[in-house]
Amino acid sequence: MAEMIATRQAYGEALLELGEKNKNIVVLDADLSKSTTTAKFGKKYPDRFFNMGVAEANMVNTAAGLATCGKIPFVSSFSIFATGRTWEQVRNTICYSGLNVKIVATHSGVSVGPDGASHQCIEDISLMRTIPNMTVIEPCDAVETKKSILAAVDYKGPIYIRLGRAAVPVITNKAAPYTIGKADILRMGEDVAIVACGALVANSLMAADTLLKEGIKATVVNMHTIKPLDQETLVKVAMQVNAMVTAEQHVLDGGLGSAVATSLARVYPIPIEMIGIDNRFGQSGEPDTLFKEYHLMPEDIALAAKKAITRKKK
Amino acid sequence: MKIAQRLDNKSLAERSKVIRRHIIRMLARAGSGHPGSSLSTVELLVALYYNKLRHNPQLPAWPDRDRFILSKGHACPALYAILAELDYFPLEKLDTLRQFGSILQGHPCMKTTPGIEISGGSLGQGLSVGLGIALAAKLDKKNYRTYVMLGDGEIEEGQIWEAAMAASHYKADSLCAILDQNGLQIDGFIHEIMSSHPIPDKWRGFGWHVMEIDGHDFKAILNAYDEAEKVKGRPTIIVAKTVKGKGVSFMENQVDWHGKAPSKEEAERALAELK
Ligand SMILES: Cc1ncc(C[n+]2csc(CCOP(=O)(O)OP(=O)(O)O)c2C)c(N)n1
Ligand SMILES: [Mg+2]
Repeated sequence: MAEMIATRQAYGEALLELGEKNKNIVVLDADLSKSTTTAKFGKKYPDRFFNMGVAEANMVNTAAGLATCGKIPFVSSFSIFATGRTWEQVRNTICYSGLNVKIVATHSGVSVGPDGASHQCIEDISLMRTIPNMTVIEPCDAVETKKSILAAVDYKGPIYIRLGRAAVPVITNKAAPYTIGKADILRMGEDVAIVACGALVANSLMAADTLLKEGIKATVVNMHTIKPLDQETLVKVAMQVNAMVTAEQHVLDGGLGSAVATSLARVYPIPIEMIGIDNRFGQSGEPDTLFKEYHLMPEDIALAAKKAITRKKK
Repeated sequence: MKIAQRLDNKSLAERSKVIRRHIIRMLARAGSGHPGSSLSTVELLVALYYNKLRHNPQLPAWPDRDRFILSKGHACPALYAILAELDYFPLEKLDTLRQFGSILQGHPCMKTTPGIEISGGSLGQGLSVGLGIALAAKLDKKNYRTYVMLGDGEIEEGQIWEAAMAASHYKADSLCAILDQNGLQIDGFIHEIMSSHPIPDKWRGFGWHVMEIDGHDFKAILNAYDEAEKVKGRPTIIVAKTVKGKGVSFMENQVDWHGKAPSKEEAERALAELK
């Protein structure tokens, strides 16, 4: 069994390490620092940690001001507040100016669980992806989260990193290279490709195992960077398999599936099935129960893969 | 640093006339923009840029410069005119305001205009940015100051009060807000649209040092800027009573001149008054 760690935990640890190495890193939170795990940084580097209270819009623009002076601000809250409450601040003050602000939000997706729909942000990829200059990343596990945080520091410009509350299996290894905007092909198979991000990557690997038992060979792509999308890898894979499934913990409108479909439609259209949340809000429940309810399970992905294969042109 | 040559009040008044003439010409040529909102800021900005701010037009990114943020970004023609007069960019550029490809966008853009600290146009955001800059100054142990100009309609935005609370919490004493209290917003007089008074008491309640001045009186303005610099442990706001459209009789205190460019004929009448 793979080790289970929440991506938000890895974030807090990565910040601790970075704080030591890079004195320009500052962290802002809006009264959720224990949950987002930025409190650890705050404890070790109190001078460079700003708790802005329950006031997300002000927090985002304060970070903008810090960035104009050469600081590298990490801004954290729950996804719904960090992107929903502050969308226009992120657009007009951070992205329009191309400021070096890193928005790292936790509690995305229905895997938030018992807190229910108000706290389960399933629209943030779409919200952030539409803004010019923005980079959007959703790591699949704790190991990759750490890599993405390190890469975000080296990258100059605004970034949104989407993290989760619940523990997820560690499926990548420390040694594997990580580049923003470069998709990671986890498994090769010629019948169908599953392109996933976040917690759905692990489920996609399980789906590929199931499919293999039935003689279907699936490619699994970890599309950790949703914007800019790795079109080159995507088209290459599409040409090899000619049928695809996208999988994400997000509404179908404007998320990973939408990005993939838009990209392929213009270059190399193939049948695509989409796993994601279809025009519904979340609700209270344990993550496992909710994954079943919203059809985000390995068996849902496997079924979608078979459907995509049957739609291939003979 | 431009600060070396402090101007006397008479020269400041002459400068203000030059800036007002630029504003009228720019807006008439552009065919759109905000004359009333620009004209009310002139004395406050001229006094700041010519006599207070430590800055260097040849080195806009000089790290130790004082910062100015025009949070009521729609008044940017006034700021553009001052930046051009101070050689941040050639005066001819003023003729390109709001045109395709211009460095002078309809609202401030830090990417295209030298001397603009942050892009703006969406009201309510600049004070927070100023707070971030003030926090950075503290971290870096630098003594530059940050000035943010707000509109009296703009402060109806909730984010302004988030920033007010946080600036006071973080004892951001290098932060100085300047409220251009011209009594008008787009849809009418402030007191008709939203009862926000008493303004000074509200800021005091949020822990700010508050001064109330006539925003067209150089002596009062410069005294206020000097006093703000001496305040320790809390941010300062200068509540400056101004006249929207100041200097052009038919625009003064008229709600309709918020965001309408003068026609050629109107511009000529305005320029005649600004001789
Ligand atoms: C967030 C936001 N909402 C609405 C507008 C449109 N708008 C532009 S100016 C203005 C009125 C501003 O009034 P005030 O702050 O008093 O400025 P002034 O009187 O100096 O023009 C409004 C509502 C805007 N620019 N930003
Ligand atoms: Mg006003």
